[in-house]
Amino acid sequence: MKIRFWGVRGSIPFPGPNTITYGGNTTCIEVRTDANDLIILDAGSGIFPLAQTLFKELPLTCHIFITHTHWDHIQGLPFFIPTFIPGNTIHIHGAFDPINQGDLREVLSRQMEYCYFPVRETELKATIHYLTLRDRQVIKVGNATVSNLLMNHPVLNYAYRIDCNGKSICFTGDHEPLFNIYDPEDEDCDEYQSFMDQKNQGIIDFMRGVDVLIADTSYTRDEYPQKRGWGHGTYDSSIALARQIGARQLYFTHHEPTRSDRDLERVFQEALSRHPRQPGDPEFHLAQEGPVIEL
Amino acid sequence: MSELQQKLVKMVEQMPAFSKSVHQVLHLTADLNYSHKELVRIIDYDPVMTLKILKLVNSAYFGFARKVASINQAVVFLGMNTIKNLALSVATRGILPQLDRGGLHTGHFLTHSVGVATVAKMLARRLGATDREATDYFVAGLLHDFGKVVFSQFMPLEFQEAQRLAKERHCSLRIVERDLIGADHADIGSLLGEKWQLPPDLVLAIRHHHGDKDGQHDSPMLDCVNAANQITKLRGFGDSGSPIVEPLTPSAQARFGTDLEGLVASLGDLDREMKKAQVIIKL
Repeated sequence: MKIRFWGVRGSIPFPGPNTITYGGNTTCIEVRTDANDLIILDAGSGIFPLAQTLFKELPLTCHIFITHTHWDHIQGLPFFIPTFIPGNTIHIHGAFDPINQGDLREVLSRQMEYCYFPVRETELKATIHYLTLRDRQVIKVGNATVSNLLMNHPVLNYAYRIDCNGKSICFTGDHEPLFNIYDPEDEDCDEYQSFMDQKNQGIIDFMRGVDVLIADTSYTRDEYPQKRGWGHGTYDSSIALARQIGARQLYFTHHEPTRSDRDLERVFQEALSRHPRQPGDPEFHLAQEGPVIEL
Repeated sequence: MSELQQKLVKMVEQMPAFSKSVHQVLHLTADLNYSHKELVRIIDYDPVMTLKILKLVNSAYFGFARKVASINQAVVFLGMNTIKNLALSVATRGILPQLDRGGLHTGHFLTHSVGVATVAKMLARRLGATDREATDYFVAGLLHDFGKVVFSQFMPLEFQEAQRLAKERHCSLRIVERDLIGADHADIGSLLGEKWQLPPDLVLAIRHHHGDKDGQHDSPMLDCVNAANQITKLRGFGDSGSPIVEPLTPSAQARFGTDLEGLVASLGDLDREMKKAQVIIKL
């Protein structure tokens, strides 16, 4: 399998001189299976430059998996040019909207309504199949499988695990490690903890032994207390997760938009010095737009 | 499902929550830094909000392998913000009209429901239940009379008449409900629970909380809800429109090894527990 990051920022694109090394686009990850089937994880603004490379593959078939529908993970979708071209087949997967009881198509169509976009979803020329995923489904893409697991974010967010010929990748989407909403003296504290333990164990079992873990690492340890409950992880929480599941490589992504390349490298080094690599530890990397990672 | 039942299911889907919790949810969540556990507590004490959240989290949309039986569990599975928005979507639907048009006093009814929930949880502990099980029993207590909310909203005149006749004949309300309406509140509550794929032991406890079919189901949750219902009535906590206190079912009596009076005596100071619950629902 091959992986290429097309967007590594959280929240909002921030192109410019300060983000030129790691990139300013929001989340989009291209995964090519051994059979060269195209899987795209999230459709942030990074999907636009990805689309520019796909014209040589027309008619195109691709499989988009949306971790969740916050803007920074879907805002590139209306500009994903292959959707406008007849003959292309695009499969889009993701969670439903539990508040408005809408399926994935309804949720994604909303950002193409009159006030937001000139082309309506129904006017797209490619054949688009939507699949609203339940928790823990397994989708076959050629000789690869993609499975999903509900994580912890202010909106439903799926982690996706891709397995192909004995190699595996897992992307957390946006995820904040669970915390107990009760204080130790509260009657419900232990019960809540037991539900958390159950969920955490489910996450570990789901991700266990992946070759590459791509994890939401928005904040530093010091920034986190101000951002608790916002639904994102830290360098420390991503390292802990990678160690728990026995990942071979860990890519930190969802960089804060205001974090310059220099600052990003600084906080990365600080985290590594707090957590020196132990035997059996994964390799740690900052996710960066551009380079192709081969498994 | 009969036409009437289908109509009821549809109506309950649109049902708003109780006035107190609607105001509390709107007030609490107006602050971005609201207390998460406070929000859970408000939902925990409102039968409509609890039912709606359990309905969603147990729906086929999620396909969770295990049934979700409590709000805490729903928060861990779906995330706090999703639960908050669900509560808000129920809260902004309006306020449940007072139950008095169906002959029930809203405050007394909620006191009864929360009372049964609280006592069911105490009884669960007495039987050695885990924290999780005890919370599930609380939910069963809270929801056991949900069918009465449905009756009082959608067929208030018939339900009022049923209560009048039950008092006049000094018999169980559910018997009159069956005569007048064709189904009793336990039937309606459990029908909704079944339709929404709530945990089977919860549905069973709602369906048989009056002890019919006693002995056919070995369910500690059912026995706890049955006993808690009678204890709450005996001690006069709230009012659910049912005039008579029934003895414990034989299976509940066997499980607790004592009769109703013995069980009440063994629970100690119930007034203190009930006062705590009433502070939460601010009645």
